[in-house]
Amino acid sequence: MTGVLAFFGRNTLGFLRYLSGLYDLSAKAAYWTFVAPFKGRKVKWDNAIRQMVLAGVNSIPIVSLISLFIGIVMALQGAYQLEKFGASYYVTALVGVSMTRELGPLITAIVIAGRSGSAFAAELGTMKVSEEIDALEAMGLNSVRYLVVPKYLALLVMMPCLTLISDLAGILGGAIFEVLQLDQTFRMFLTATRDSLAMRDITTGLIKSLVFGLIITKVGCYEGFSVEGGAEGVGKATTSSVVVSIFLIIFADVIFTSIFYYTG
Amino acid sequence: MIRVVDLVTHYGERRILNHVNLDIPAGETMVILGGSGTGKSTLLRHIMRLEFPTSGQIFIKNQEIFHMPEERFNLLRRKIGMLFQSGALFNSISVEENVALPLRELTQLEDSTIRIMTRIKLDLVGLSGIENYMPAQLSGGMKKRAGLARALAMDPEILLFDEPSAGLDPITAAGIDSLILKLKLAFKMTILVVTHELASAFMIADRITVMDGGEVIATGTPEEIRNSQHPRVLQFLNRIPEGEPVDAQAYLRTLTRT
Repeated sequence: MTGVLAFFGRNTLGFLRYLSGLYDLSAKAAYWTFVAPFKGRKVKWDNAIRQMVLAGVNSIPIVSLISLFIGIVMALQGAYQLEKFGASYYVTALVGVSMTRELGPLITAIVIAGRSGSAFAAELGTMKVSEEIDALEAMGLNSVRYLVVPKYLALLVMMPCLTLISDLAGILGGAIFEVLQLDQTFRMFLTATRDSLAMRDITTGLIKSLVFGLIITKVGCYEGFSVEGGAEGVGKATTSSVVVSIFLIIFADVIFTSIFYYTG
Repeated sequence: MIRVVDLVTHYGERRILNHVNLDIPAGETMVILGGSGTGKSTLLRHIMRLEFPTSGQIFIKNQEIFHMPEERFNLLRRKIGMLFQSGALFNSISVEENVALPLRELTQLEDSTIRIMTRIKLDLVGLSGIENYMPAQLSGGMKKRAGLARALAMDPEILLFDEPSAGLDPITAAGIDSLILKLKLAFKMTILVVTHELASAFMIADRITVMDGGEVIATGTPEEIRNSQHPRVLQFLNRIPEGEPVDAQAYLRTLTRT
């Protein structure tokens, strides 16, 4: 009995320690991003822009493609049920609202967690193992400022952009099915979409995407900084960053979706 | 210049450094000798404030380093250069950009000036002409030299070396040693070298400190260390391997243990 309790106790404490480490890193990154520039310690924009291209621009093809497919699937599944009620007109609304409020931000976040979150963990983990991070600190340069802030800024800017692209691609995916199969014209589709979407749907999705971007950066960088034990450690950190990111993303999704539901 | 006072540190439950005391005056070359796992590199990391001790103090230029804010210590760090065991070059940028990094980030110098200073440092370590190489294209010895050029970029007063000859063949290692000697004679820096290579130690040191099991067991000039009667020092200097205890019962137990 005590064994079971000890197991839960240990893991809960470990989890809380992990969260506190994440919080610590977030606080430092937030300081260097939002506070330090006013004290004359400017942000390194060229690094940030390079990261924006790597993490954001280069992800556009995969995010668009996946969102397109999701849009098609949503339309298919929606039509399957709604046809029975003669309500296939509402497939458009279903796809539009689902993508903007939920699937756009979520799918984008999961793709970026797999792509960029793991890359951050691998890059920083490898640097940790080869003492590059120590060398940076030994020169008097703050590792959070130089390594984490550019990535943080990159995702803060790129996640909403990618989410919008994902929304568009998903809605277009739905359009493909609706126009080809459900006897709608493209103009009907556009009208229905415009009527069903409210600004609120898009903005709540974008707010979520910002939070998801924060989670991906922090978890990826924290896992990278915590690597111990050489190549195996880097591998573990990379996997762990994806798994933990996705978990925290979905957890945050529950919280924010509930908030948005109750606040309309 | 550097004073370590009663330093104690742990990794979890294990005690790594046990009341270490060290005093290195300005301009001296001190070599810390010791076997693997004796705490030498840990001591170096504490001097750079990359780790914090359980108790004890370190004074650099008469300033206690563990109680000052990070920003103030970063100013002190500009006067200290450290060469890590594998060079620790940043793999994503070229050799020239590696050496120029501290100058670019910590000074307001012009690009052209920085480029000239970078080339001077690279020439000093015998690496002219390879500025545009990426670290992955360099041999082990070249990586260390490039790391040293980077450590020298800000004209430090103190130089720290973590096992400079590690992983190098005797000729290349001798090259690094003569480079250290050259720096010592030309710039009168305070140099602290952590190593387990006896030949290097006796060639470059003004004074040697021998560490064992996280403790300082001997300190003195190379002559004094050579004449030391401490059994562990003798064992280290004469390359006597750890004795294998002859206990038949214990041996049998290890073989038949389930």
